[in-house]
Amino acid sequence: MKMQHTLSVLVENKPGVLTRVTSLFARRGFNIDSLAVGVTEDPTLSRITIVVGGEDTSLEQVAKQLHKLINVLKIQDLDPREMVDRELVLFKVNAPADRRHEIIEIANVFRAKIVDVGRNTLTIEATGADDKLAAMEDLLRTYGIKELARTGKIALSRGLREGA
Amino acid sequence: MKMNGGHALVQALEDVGVDTVFGYPGGVALPIFDALYDSKAIRTILPRHEQGAVHMADGYARVTGRPAAVIVTSGPGATNTVTGIANAYMDSIPMVVFTAQVATPVIGTDAFQESDITGITLPITKHNYLVKDANDLPEVIAEAFHIATTGRPGPVLIDVPADVSKTEITYKWPTALNLPGYKPTYKGHAKQIKQAADLIGKARKPLLYAGGGILASEAWKELKELAELMQIPVATTLMGKGAFPEDHHLYLGMPGMHGPKYVNYALTETDLLIAVGVRFDDRVTGKLSAFASKAKVIHADIDPAEIGKNKPVDVPIVGDAKGVLAALTAELRKAGAEPHTDAWMRVVDDWRARFPLHYDHDGSRLMPQLVVERIRELTKDRPTVICTEVGQNQMWSSQFCRIREARTWVSSGGLGTMGFGLPAAIGAQVGRPQYLVIDIAGDGSIQMNSQEMATASIEKLPVKVVILNNGFLGMVRQWQELFYEHRYASSVLDQDCPNFVKLAEAYGWRGERVDSPDQLDAALVAAFDHPGPALVDCRVVGEENVFPMVAPGGSIDEMLGGLPGGPVSDMMDDGAVTEVWE
Repeated sequence: MKMQHTLSVLVENKPGVLTRVTSLFARRGFNIDSLAVGVTEDPTLSRITIVVGGEDTSLEQVAKQLHKLINVLKIQDLDPREMVDRELVLFKVNAPADRRHEIIEIANVFRAKIVDVGRNTLTIEATGADDKLAAMEDLLRTYGIKELARTGKIALSRGLREGA
Repeated sequence: MKMNGGHALVQALEDVGVDTVFGYPGGVALPIFDALYDSKAIRTILPRHEQGAVHMADGYARVTGRPAAVIVTSGPGATNTVTGIANAYMDSIPMVVFTAQVATPVIGTDAFQESDITGITLPITKHNYLVKDANDLPEVIAEAFHIATTGRPGPVLIDVPADVSKTEITYKWPTALNLPGYKPTYKGHAKQIKQAADLIGKARKPLLYAGGGILASEAWKELKELAELMQIPVATTLMGKGAFPEDHHLYLGMPGMHGPKYVNYALTETDLLIAVGVRFDDRVTGKLSAFASKAKVIHADIDPAEIGKNKPVDVPIVGDAKGVLAALTAELRKAGAEPHTDAWMRVVDDWRARFPLHYDHDGSRLMPQLVVERIRELTKDRPTVICTEVGQNQMWSSQFCRIREARTWVSSGGLGTMGFGLPAAIGAQVGRPQYLVIDIAGDGSIQMNSQEMATASIEKLPVKVVILNNGFLGMVRQWQELFYEHRYASSVLDQDCPNFVKLAEAYGWRGERVDSPDQLDAALVAAFDHPGPALVDCRVVGEENVFPMVAPGGSIDEMLGGLPGGPVSDMMDDGAVTEVWE
């Protein structure tokens, strides 16, 4: 079955490890939808969060191949019901003086922040899960989004389950 | 102990127990070669091309089970190793390849003879390293050999910049390795073993399908024990040849595209496929949905990524072949299991009798299969390693040789590398100096690395090359004949060019040409008895095909050529055969 997966990959924090991981996906024809990397509570380890779509069986094969990389310690295919995921998005939106108020209103509703005010634009910082950010993007589109940048999704499994 | 990086590298090779380096120097590799010059423990062999060096290390590892080191210079030296490394990776052969690199301050500047070899070899090494600090060398080298030789073996590459090999360090061999992400599973899961043993105990038509994993884990004794205990016939893959004695009554042959019909029939009819150290390669399975479709499947492999990759599995066992096979036998003994394969073996033996490998010959023309058969017969009583190139020569060798000892068959499997055989034979001769080492070659393949004839002469390695010279790229021509209406595009060579006998003599080899069957034995014996390297140029029939053959993508019981015999369903209709187990 084809669906989106959020993979949480714990790796050694060494040069070149990200290339090893991502090239494995490319080699097997997967397009990475989102990628976020950062050091963990242990400075010798990094966590790579990868969102990727594909057939379950071929994704399982990629996960097994990932396990074989010497620098990869652990891989979790996070269950969407059992994970907390967030992404940070910056929207630079057209904001003529007469409509600025509406945009600020929208930002407030989504608990987003205005991080830059220009002569004709507002830049909004929003965090959240996919659906919230998609809804916000949809609303802001009516004003004209001039630029958009996203961090890529990060995720952790919920609750008492051992962190991975 | 104080020493520079180059000496540290050589010291580490000695500490890890390497006795052979296949190395080709160049500018930035000089500090390493300068250190190698002093080593008493290491034999350094100079090939004539870096690709040859890697295939030599490959051949050496296949016959000894031990890794050799390859050392080459940066840039073209490094990129010339790529085919050899890919070959070793596909066939899971352990080795460590050292490439010299431009100095760290100029890496990334397109310096003279710079190439990003760690980037290039990322998908074809088990792991690779770029060493930026000379102090890391001992640890990296210890890790590299550990990774190359454990789990599913494979090549590891270490890139060593020129300044690193010149820097003075205090050498210290590491006492422990820090590889938190590398923990191969050796011991099969007890529950899975039990489940598999139950199936084996009950199976009426079981079949062992064994591959290179048996050789990698030295499990040939355990394989034989299990097969004999339960009287299970054994098919070995191209990579697994030698894992089971081929003169044993339970030995079937190689399955797949050019396997004998009876092997493919058995695979199609089996009710329990016991796959150990194999990867269900497409050349074995043909059309996957028809492959062993009546069977439950037990698949044991040390690499979890291989299990279920191509063929769904009923009982997966992640573990080392040696341990898993021993555990299965122990479990079956404990349960007092007895073989129920009498009827099955009668059927298999009947197929074997009715559909043997077959070729037409009238006694006057020199048939390539005859050459291989004569090599087999003339080497019966002497310890022999058979190496092959790739193509028809390889398939005829796999069909007609009888490999009776583990690690005496050397052939490029997964990558199918023409030009592999001669350098691999040279490496094999280094690893087994007392053996007669023969490369069965084609006139196409031998020309891909014939420069290594010089290495054999100068290093006094008395390898033998027998060329099945048909004037074609034979396997390409065969496909063109069968699937491209005899349009021999770019597959026509020339039997007379080069003059192989003269070429042999130019390199200081013995050379002899054979045109007819009556000259064959004398020429082969003379070559095999010659104290130095020798070549026999066998002018074989030009347009002979390797049969039987499964058409690409076809079901393996539907084979072209060979003795008449259709798909196995037709074969089963012969009353005498079916009744035995119904």
